[in-house]
Amino acid sequence: MSHSAALAASEPSPYQIPSRKLGIWMFILADAATFGAMLFAYGYLRVANPDWNRPFAFWPSIVNGIGMTVILLTSSLTMVAAMLESQRGRTSAALRWLGATMALGALFAALHLREWVALIGSGWRLFRNPLGGTPLVGATFFSITGLHMLHVISGVVVIGVIGLGFRRGRFTASHVEITGLYWHFVDLVWMFVFPLVYLLNMR
Amino acid sequence: MTAPAHVHAAPPQSFLRKYVFSVDHKVIGRQYLDLALVAVVTGMVLSWIMRFHLGFPDTAIPGLGKVAPTGAAGGVITPEYYLELMTMHGTIMVFFVLTTAPFAGFGNYVLPLQVGAEDMAFPRINMMSFWVTLLAFLVLVAAFFIGDGPPLSGWTAYAPLSAVGKDAGPGQGMGQTLWAFSIAIFCIAQLLGALNFIATTLDLRTRGMSLARLPYSTWAWFITAVIALIAFAVLMPACILLILDRVAGTSFFIPAGLVLSDRLQPHAGGSPLLWQHLFWFFGHPEVYVAILPGFGIVSHILPVFTRKPLLGPRVFIACLIAIAFLSYTVWGHHMFLSGMNPFSATLFSVPTLVITIPATIITLLWIGTIYGGRLRFTAASLFALGFVSVFVSGGISGFFLAQPSTDIYLHGTYFVVAHFHFVMGVAAMFGIFAGTYFWFPKLFGRFMNETLGKWHFWLTLIGVYCIFMPMHYLGLAGNVRRYSAFTDDYLKPLIPLHRFITIAALFTGAVQLIFLFNLFRSRFRGAKAPDNPWEATTLEWSTSSPPPVDNFGGRHPVVTHGPNEYGVNDGRGRDYIMQAAD
Repeated sequence: MSHSAALAASEPSPYQIPSRKLGIWMFILADAATFGAMLFAYGYLRVANPDWNRPFAFWPSIVNGIGMTVILLTSSLTMVAAMLESQRGRTSAALRWLGATMALGALFAALHLREWVALIGSGWRLFRNPLGGTPLVGATFFSITGLHMLHVISGVVVIGVIGLGFRRGRFTASHVEITGLYWHFVDLVWMFVFPLVYLLNMR
Repeated sequence: MTAPAHVHAAPPQSFLRKYVFSVDHKVIGRQYLDLALVAVVTGMVLSWIMRFHLGFPDTAIPGLGKVAPTGAAGGVITPEYYLELMTMHGTIMVFFVLTTAPFAGFGNYVLPLQVGAEDMAFPRINMMSFWVTLLAFLVLVAAFFIGDGPPLSGWTAYAPLSAVGKDAGPGQGMGQTLWAFSIAIFCIAQLLGALNFIATTLDLRTRGMSLARLPYSTWAWFITAVIALIAFAVLMPACILLILDRVAGTSFFIPAGLVLSDRLQPHAGGSPLLWQHLFWFFGHPEVYVAILPGFGIVSHILPVFTRKPLLGPRVFIACLIAIAFLSYTVWGHHMFLSGMNPFSATLFSVPTLVITIPATIITLLWIGTIYGGRLRFTAASLFALGFVSVFVSGGISGFFLAQPSTDIYLHGTYFVVAHFHFVMGVAAMFGIFAGTYFWFPKLFGRFMNETLGKWHFWLTLIGVYCIFMPMHYLGLAGNVRRYSAFTDDYLKPLIPLHRFITIAALFTGAVQLIFLFNLFRSRFRGAKAPDNPWEATTLEWSTSSPPPVDNFGGRHPVVTHGPNEYGVNDGRGRDYIMQAAD
């Protein structure tokens, strides 16, 4: 993208928004529609199935979910800190905050995977519901949280790549900021997933 | 603001970088157009086989028995094979022709030129978007060769037919899975493309190119990209859920108690209507993805050949934006027949009628532009005028289909086939043809043959009216669609009309050979074209034909005028003013 990127850099854009940032906003818009469609499907199927079983007890599922929520929210905070430090030119501080964000993201994914493994261990599948009732409980749970977890894990990888490039000077503070936009969006999606998929399914 | 330093990469030297894995938007645009050409020929051949069978149900097609030994043993196609052809025809045409050519193809080539940019905002993502589209096409076409043939659930892939496996019929095993993967892959490609179009339009405009001075075709591609961004983002998860139903045993779209091929399907709780909602939430905006670039091309071409400014350019843009918003509120009108609460039906009927208002206003703007103009009849302008004709002809039947009470009778008939082929198929094709004749000199520095182009236009215009006008009568007479033959029921008296349509379709298809001949011959033998052969105002005409790798040869055009300066006196004996002084 060398020459057009250079062109964009040499001439201020009419909206003062660099192309990459605009691009990530467009990606977020599309991704929001994707999650919106998934959650719409979930709501539709839930209403259509009177035999919908609520699988989650307060302990351990909801408590675990609350913990995950706090972790992900905190990771957004560390991401903001990383962005601010990178904009002030404090590379090592920014890298530390990026590392903290990655650690929190990885912790979130680990807790989530542990929960998945426990559910699978007690007989939950995409197509089977051990409590009886509609099998769509597992189908919607695994597909929606799976898509979200995919976003979290890719986010951790991307933050790592951006962090390494930022240390070597290949990437700038604007890259950190754009990665942050994505990360906050993943966080925001969880703010919909947690109440709709967990809290509404509390026994 | 100082003029930006002249920065552009050295032109790529190797063959692969230059013509195959190029990041140049012009090469990518041509690759999209080439892909669309292959796809449209494939799709048209499929429709010929279907049409032939409808007109001559007992006559064998020579050689077809060898190509499809199970689907057409002895050359006469089976009902299942008819549905397979129909599915592939619809899928190829909607996704790989009507989306790929007018939006991704011409948009890629022309949009960066029209805004005065050196390339798209993200050239590498642009290249990836094309190769992912090609992959999607290959995955789809593979259904012809792998397993037991292509799927038969239609381009809409209605569940549960599409969601259960082999038990649902031939092609519903591997074929339908390939279909779902192909469309999911296609969604990714179009999302990348749409994102690129939006960023390019907003960010890479040259100096002086304010939004108000943006050419109308660029406006149309921009709005189309916004529509596509949301629409394909919804179709993709729908396809993922469909794939899960097919390969992972979920029941998103499959209800309980379904018995197919004497086997109780091991599914429960899903909703076929959910698929229809998700699909049509994409599907209706998708028809605007197919037709809005045509709106833009026609609004771009008509002023050039009437030597009059486009009437009401701001109204035109406002109407495009209104259509974009409304396109997300009307999807339920595809589902009146699927079992819908009458109150919901009204809820979808009203915006469907409302969306005809901006479309009608745009049509009136075109007619107002033509009125009193000094028309120059070229192949490009004829196809632009033809676009208006077929769009009106196809649009009028839309009023009847927007009302649930009449739609319930007409929806399952050829009336709907006639409607959508006219309004999104033929009209979009006319837009593609107009764009081809118009921009060919820019793409290759040579003219297409005008005489052949005019013959192509008139014969095609007559042909498509002979094909699709009678279909309205078939539909009113109750002729159901999706059936492979009508030999032994109440529809038998309509066979002569089917035969007439078939002959018209074969004729119209043959006429396209004139276009193909013209296209390939003019590429090498056409008369040399100057930089601005049509005396147009927009930036793509102020560079050489074909444009250099960086589009403007290191210059950065400074825009001083809008795109609509026709029928004026520029003081130098010309009746138009270029957007950037030359």
